[in-house]
Amino acid sequence: MSLPKEHDYIGLTEPSSMENSSSSIVSTESEKNTVLNLKETELRLGLPGSDFLEKKAGTGISLFGKDLKDEGNNGFSQIPLKNLVSGAKRVFSDAIDGSGKWDFPINGGSEVDLGNGGSENTNTLQSSLAGPSGKEIGNRNPRKPVEEKKNDNNSAAPASKAQVVGWPPIRSFRKNTLATNLSKNNDDEGKSGVGSLYVKVSMDGAPYLRKIDLKTYCSYKELSSALEKMFSCFTIGHCASHGLPGQEHLRENCLKDLLHGSEYVLTYEDKDGDWMLVGDVPWEMFTDSCKRLRIMKGSDATGLGMTCNLLSFLVMTI
Amino acid sequence: MDPKLKKTKNSSSNSANSPDSTHSSFPFPDEVLERVLSFLHSHKDRSSVSLVCKDWYNAERWTRTKLFIGNCYSVSPEIVARRFPRIKSVTLKGKPRFSDFNLVPQHWGADVHSWLVVFAKVYPFLEELRLKRMTLNDESLKFLATSFPGFKALSLLSCEGFSTDGLKAIATHCKNLTELDIQENGMDDLGGGWLSCFSENCSSLEVLNFASLNSEVSFDALEKLVRRCKSLRILKVNKSITLDQLQQLLVLAPQLIELGTGSFQQELTPLQYEGLGIAFSNCKNLQTLSGFWEDTSLHLPVLYAACPSLTFLNLSYATLRSGELAKIVAHSPNIRRLWVLDTVGDKGLEAVGSSCPFLEELRVFPADPFEQDLHHGVTEAGFLAVSHGCRKLHYVLYFCRQMTNAAVATIVQNCPDFTHFRLCIMNPGERDYLTNEPMDEAFGAVVKTCTNLQRLALSGLLTDLTFEYIGKYAKNLEALSVAFAGSSDGGMQCVLQGCPKLRKLEIRDCPFGNAALLSGIEKYETMRSLWMSACNVTMSACKLLAKEMPRLNVEVMRDEGSDESQADKVYIYRTVAGPRRDAPPFVVTL
Repeated sequence: MSLPKEHDYIGLTEPSSMENSSSSIVSTESEKNTVLNLKETELRLGLPGSDFLEKKAGTGISLFGKDLKDEGNNGFSQIPLKNLVSGAKRVFSDAIDGSGKWDFPINGGSEVDLGNGGSENTNTLQSSLAGPSGKEIGNRNPRKPVEEKKNDNNSAAPASKAQVVGWPPIRSFRKNTLATNLSKNNDDEGKSGVGSLYVKVSMDGAPYLRKIDLKTYCSYKELSSALEKMFSCFTIGHCASHGLPGQEHLRENCLKDLLHGSEYVLTYEDKDGDWMLVGDVPWEMFTDSCKRLRIMKGSDATGLGMTCNLLSFLVMTI
Repeated sequence: MDPKLKKTKNSSSNSANSPDSTHSSFPFPDEVLERVLSFLHSHKDRSSVSLVCKDWYNAERWTRTKLFIGNCYSVSPEIVARRFPRIKSVTLKGKPRFSDFNLVPQHWGADVHSWLVVFAKVYPFLEELRLKRMTLNDESLKFLATSFPGFKALSLLSCEGFSTDGLKAIATHCKNLTELDIQENGMDDLGGGWLSCFSENCSSLEVLNFASLNSEVSFDALEKLVRRCKSLRILKVNKSITLDQLQQLLVLAPQLIELGTGSFQQELTPLQYEGLGIAFSNCKNLQTLSGFWEDTSLHLPVLYAACPSLTFLNLSYATLRSGELAKIVAHSPNIRRLWVLDTVGDKGLEAVGSSCPFLEELRVFPADPFEQDLHHGVTEAGFLAVSHGCRKLHYVLYFCRQMTNAAVATIVQNCPDFTHFRLCIMNPGERDYLTNEPMDEAFGAVVKTCTNLQRLALSGLLTDLTFEYIGKYAKNLEALSVAFAGSSDGGMQCVLQGCPKLRKLEIRDCPFGNAALLSGIEKYETMRSLWMSACNVTMSACKLLAKEMPRLNVEVMRDEGSDESQADKVYIYRTVAGPRRDAPPFVVTL
């Protein structure tokens, strides 16, 4: 991975030490000392929180720069990018998990917050419950931002919603494990949220693309009928433009006729970037490797070595 | 145990000085009585036996080998050691259950070390230790490992304070270890090196569960361990173990009864895929499957061969969709217990209803508990579907975002044998979404219909009516969990006065106050414990209770910044050990 170049408007920074190859930013050794002094006025690129990382670490490391305080050696620090990035990430997640301030919770300190959070919540709740009827708990939102983690081993699940302490009653282990899975899925390409898999679907000749969640289907059959419904509007237009007795016909008929008549092929781009024919592999393997879908015109698909149309092909592969 | 001690006991009880007039009507010598009692295993039966007369009390205490202590502060290690001389297995439970949900501050207590010190003196032949919600550190584990030469089985569930270094000590020193079961603890995972500490001579392992640890272990060490432990019947690995590694383990241990898979996500070649399927089909004794860490839908078909013999399937960490679950349960007609995530949706539960007629236990966990969107997860429809198809259902834990009174009424009509009914409607104070009424009638139906109900957890908007129903009908209820419910003291009073078998009551965020607390003054000694947090209880009532009932520990924890007179968290339990000697400063025993 090549390191983004640091563009310093003052133009005094030296090439980053991350890569062995030289970067294209040129600076001179003699300017190194002046760089140190001008650190405060330097404009730098960095992720939010990289400033805090500096202040905490006390080493003046900027995410995309060099170690400016490293006077001992020739000024090139060998800190791997990964550590810095994870450091910045830690700060970011701390900011979200913390009590709203950009503090760094210490080990075990979270419990004090917990106690506070708990009482804040419950007092709110009690005041609403202590009302005359007590029936209208009316606490659609009794929540305040509260830290729920017991120890620092917990993964950084962004508590973006305000929550009641200990509710719903789920053990920390389970919460943390599922949160890890959630963030993992978010990292993966094409996935978002728990178990959803949105991919773009394009159709040759259509003015815009669509997006579908592959996880809502269990088989090729379901997928094909969903795509039919979704793209039938484009084929009507096609009907009309081809002079077929178009508008008064039912949508489905038009689509089927079109598909039976002309050639459309459903293809997908897999993880390696290759365009594959839909239907060869088991459904689960397909959803795992599919990055996007394309409904190709048959004429374009001859390169794939087939001339069957979309619908009949999919029916065959069920 | 020391034979000299036994002779002394014999001579004293056989002496004519015995004041018990019924003693002479008992023709059996002690040895015979003891032999008979040694067949009793349930600790409840043993407790009953010990109350019959002094002889039986003595015979029982000499023959008891398994100790169960539901609340570690209800008794002291010294008292236990005096009464029971021959203990081989100890089960200890510590913190209140709400500590699992962060309602109990850290460093509250329940440290096992003082127990271990006494056990080392009195029970040098201790073999088993099972801890739940206890605190222990690595020194304690080292002490345990080195003080009991015959130690065999260690089980830690929901404990905290230790790290994998402690496990190293266990693996290194316990030469006859048969069981190492580490589950869901608040522990520090410093690395997987502990697994390599098992000696090459160790071949006695029967149970190995390290599923909840994340660090990578040496597969070589694991493989050799599995290879030489021919009696291994339960193996639950962690997510560092890949699928092809799992396959190798299965080939070595086809006798497994319970398996926890590692990461189920890996690109397999067709040959590997086939090999895995064969490995599963060769495990003829497999009854329980769990694990499935990370997104797993890809390779589930390899399990199908093993599914018909499964009785317990734990998919509660697998984000499966309805179709995927449907396929698995279609192959698993003999399932008795099923744990899933709510990603399977109502449709997935419908499939369960139609495929699993013998289902007895269902747990549906929320994949994203803080998600507000109603379109995720399960609803009353899924629960209904299961109840239609699985008439033997008696244990349910169900997290959902909406429910209706009518649905619950139908559910319990379909399945009247519920013993454990734990319904969690995730938004506190949620009404019946169709009628907009409170959920009183739902739980009313549960207690009226399910006469065998032992455990109940409430949720949704509830008035005192729910508690009236509970007090009137739930005559077998032993454990009740209440949150964000009730309208007045009357509610709690109904329960305390109406449920004769109640042992555990935990309440949070309810409008119950001093009158409610004090209405149970006579009852608390018959219960294991009462927890009340964020209610309307004051210090004065707690002090009164403590004064009237000396055999109760009344402990109060105050939240920072709250009123001096408020008792924010109250934990009351019966004890013969007096007030805690290890209470931290924030726990005040009255």
